[in-house]
Amino acid sequence: MLSYIIRRFLLMIVTLFGMSVLIFLLLRLMPGNVADILFDAGGYIDPAERAQIEAELGLDQPIVVQYVNWIGSLLRGDLGYSYITERPAIEEIAPRIPVTAQLALWALVFSVVFGVPLGVISAVRQNTALDYVLRLISLSGLSMPSFWLALLIIMFTVQYFGYIPIYTATPQSVWESLAMYAIPAAAVGFRSSALIMRLTRSSMLEVLRQDYIRTARSKGASENAVNYHHALRNAVLPVVTIIGIEAAFLIGGLIVTETVFNIPGVARFLVESILWRDYPIVQNLVMFIAVVVVVVNFVVDMLYAVLDPRIKYSD
Amino acid sequence: MTQTAAARLATGAEAAPAPAAEPVLAVEDLQTYFYTRRGLLKAVDRVSFSVGAGETLAIVGESGCGKSITALSVMRLVPSPPGRIVGGSVRLRGRDLLRLSEEEMRQIRGNEISMIFQEPMTSLNPVLTIGNQISEALILHQDVSRKAAMERAVEMLRLVRIPEPERRAREYPHQLSGGMRQRAMIAMALACNPKVLLADEPTTALDVTIQAQILELILELQQRLGTAVVLITHDLGVVAETAQRVIVMYAGRKVEEADVTSLFDEPLHPYTRGLMGSIPRLDMPETGTKGADRLQEIPGMVPPLNALPPGCAFAPRCAMATEKCQAEYPPYRELRPGHWSACWHAERLMAGGA
Amino acid sequence: MSYAGPQAQAVDHGAELARAGAHVQGWGGSVLYQARRHPLGALGLLIVAAFVLVALFAPFIATHDPLATNAASSLARPGGEHLLGADFMGRDMWSRIIYGARISLIVGIASTLLGCLLGVAVGLISGFWGGWVDLVTQRVNDVLQALPLLVLALVMAAALGPSLQNVIIAISIPVIPNVARVIRSNTLALREMPFVEAARAQGMSELRIAVLHVLPNTLAPVIVLATAQLGSAILTEASLSFLGLGIPEPYPSWGRMLSESAAEYVRTAPWLVIFPGLAISLVIFGTNLLGDAIRDILDPRERS
Repeated sequence: MLSYIIRRFLLMIVTLFGMSVLIFLLLRLMPGNVADILFDAGGYIDPAERAQIEAELGLDQPIVVQYVNWIGSLLRGDLGYSYITERPAIEEIAPRIPVTAQLALWALVFSVVFGVPLGVISAVRQNTALDYVLRLISLSGLSMPSFWLALLIIMFTVQYFGYIPIYTATPQSVWESLAMYAIPAAAVGFRSSALIMRLTRSSMLEVLRQDYIRTARSKGASENAVNYHHALRNAVLPVVTIIGIEAAFLIGGLIVTETVFNIPGVARFLVESILWRDYPIVQNLVMFIAVVVVVVNFVVDMLYAVLDPRIKYSD
Repeated sequence: MTQTAAARLATGAEAAPAPAAEPVLAVEDLQTYFYTRRGLLKAVDRVSFSVGAGETLAIVGESGCGKSITALSVMRLVPSPPGRIVGGSVRLRGRDLLRLSEEEMRQIRGNEISMIFQEPMTSLNPVLTIGNQISEALILHQDVSRKAAMERAVEMLRLVRIPEPERRAREYPHQLSGGMRQRAMIAMALACNPKVLLADEPTTALDVTIQAQILELILELQQRLGTAVVLITHDLGVVAETAQRVIVMYAGRKVEEADVTSLFDEPLHPYTRGLMGSIPRLDMPETGTKGADRLQEIPGMVPPLNALPPGCAFAPRCAMATEKCQAEYPPYRELRPGHWSACWHAERLMAGGA
Repeated sequence: MSYAGPQAQAVDHGAELARAGAHVQGWGGSVLYQARRHPLGALGLLIVAAFVLVALFAPFIATHDPLATNAASSLARPGGEHLLGADFMGRDMWSRIIYGARISLIVGIASTLLGCLLGVAVGLISGFWGGWVDLVTQRVNDVLQALPLLVLALVMAAALGPSLQNVIIAISIPVIPNVARVIRSNTLALREMPFVEAARAQGMSELRIAVLHVLPNTLAPVIVLATAQLGSAILTEASLSFLGLGIPEPYPSWGRMLSESAAEYVRTAPWLVIFPGLAISLVIFGTNLLGDAIRDILDPRERS
């Protein structure tokens, strides 16, 4: 198992390195550099001043040096400087992390709590009316954009409760704070639970086709024992890795949902930075998101290794 | 009957019972059909056989001849759809299993009839320990505690001669070699001391050196426990060493049936003769000059079950086939006492072979 | 799953066979048979076909010019002159949604095709050449797959600048690794097949083998993947446009229509929120239903 951990860890480092190169190059593709954009806004460009800004930002150096400088500062924990708010980027990003993290956690809980059991039921009752209904619900969930679902939820709460579930920095009560997170989390989580449900169902169906399920039946095991003792244990293993896929999937939902509910989280900040063309922030934010996704996947793989005896007891 | 095999052996009580007059398992006119897009496949078409306590019956045939489906039909584990048992009876000591409810059937499976599958690699649950999987059958069918069941599972592992059974019981299938996994499967199947053991190609997936050991183990345990064994195989070499009676299946039907000596002395169906041509014989000089002793194979292929000819299904591959063979299915006749064959030209084989 | 249960008294072989589709004949017959076996897939096909027809014949179905503004009908309610109401600038919702189908389908189909084409090429190359080429493409795929789809599309769209072509390219990039991975593993399996060995023995070049022998055999998984990706491509376009980084004005994109009308009109003009979202959801729902059925039909592992 140790060799598995080491291999997986090295792979993660390689992926992160590749990711940083990709992000760095992508951002070089963007039209105009920061100096251009800063001065365009003012409508006046003094070539000397521009050269000075570029030198300050290191934009006059060879691209490899620029890359090394960037990685160096990232490793030192220096996320650069926002040109729009004129504050260190870390001060902009840090307070937003707990907001997004809470939202993501609620959404994840929502999606696992609904997705896994419903997926199992759907597989066990394959091709029954219940299975069809559950599949239709999960497909509708996957078909509805989260931002539209979010808008519908707002419409509904406004219509029937006269209340807009929009983020406030100072919630008046526990309920308000709960609703503040729960409603957007449900909007994101609905789509994710639909994904988890689908994947759980197909994982379960795959397991039910295996030879060892027939062996269990040949021992006289009941349907329940076959489904929940023999099959479920095998089926939840891939579902654990789904939570890794979820991390990437959730972020997509968070981006639009934070925008709709006006939640000052990391995801919305990314969109704002792109729209403001605050490229140093974009570059660091995308890298941050990538690190989160890759690390979550690494942790999930480790969890998988512990749960699956085939990996746990291998040499 | 509530005693486990291991417990019974430990007390050293009974000797192996002599083959009883009344069969333990009697299958009659079994018909299992598959309804598919390609049409109606008669996977098992009016197959009958019976097997007594301590006796071994071999079912022989090429892959796809319906021998595995026959075993699954006895267990009532044919996947449906597309499969369906449409006729016949499966009597276990007089009781027709095909008329039992699913709940009643569950109490038979793993308790009175057990099955060993071909692939020990995929037939064991990868996330449950070996001990857990063996003790499951005991917990299901006998009133024992989890702890007692686990102790008996270890006993069973010792019985199938797995070294360090206490340690192996706590291990997972992938930690065992292929031969050991098959031993564990046998331990699992025999845990409740079943009346009938269905062994579906139990040695095919194993190394040649392990094959003989596993067969020997099955036979030895059968002798000690008095189990009726139905051994499914495509390998006539295995049959010669193990079985008392043999049925030969081709395209879902029984084509020959005899006790093992008379079958090998004088096969009365050209298909059986063909199969025999493909057993390596030590007492015969090598036929080829290159030394590569390529076995003689039956030319042609098994016809697809959805396009069986009107006459004998083997006729297209048979050197002796005549127009009659093409047109009319041969009757199943008893040509010598206890030796049956479905061939129009069986008499010619009798004359020629003897 | 159930098992062949107690023996039935009488079995109607004909009915059982009809249920299994034994009498299906010809191409049309098998389409009808599959439609009966996968009613949800047939529904999906109908939905997608309806949207395609709407997109093709938009000028005949729309009642107004989708771009024409009219101060008099600003925020007009549904019914009367404007079937589905009008937006703040008085543009007719119905007509904008009809024309929006064009954008949605063009972007969805074009980016899926482009992504699949590049993915197949990458997958074939890395599967067939192996070695360091394979290693590098594999790692690049890892990287692309680790980035959330929408983040990658957002950054790509921002990097390339807003235009129809650039949005298509931006959305096609995340498709590539998904397709490449499947094609690569298929290619690896196929290159060991006897018919590929035979072609090699005849002195056929690796490129010819890849294109003539391996490519046609990867068609089924590509079709399965393409239909699965179509819905997500349409959704990504809607999300990008919703966030203001997708299709620029004046094209009527459903996602953009929602962003224009978002929070402020939720209370005053709900029809501006309901109808474009309904259109997006319905077309994605259709492609998902169709994609599932196609996977069930073409992927032998899914057959029971």
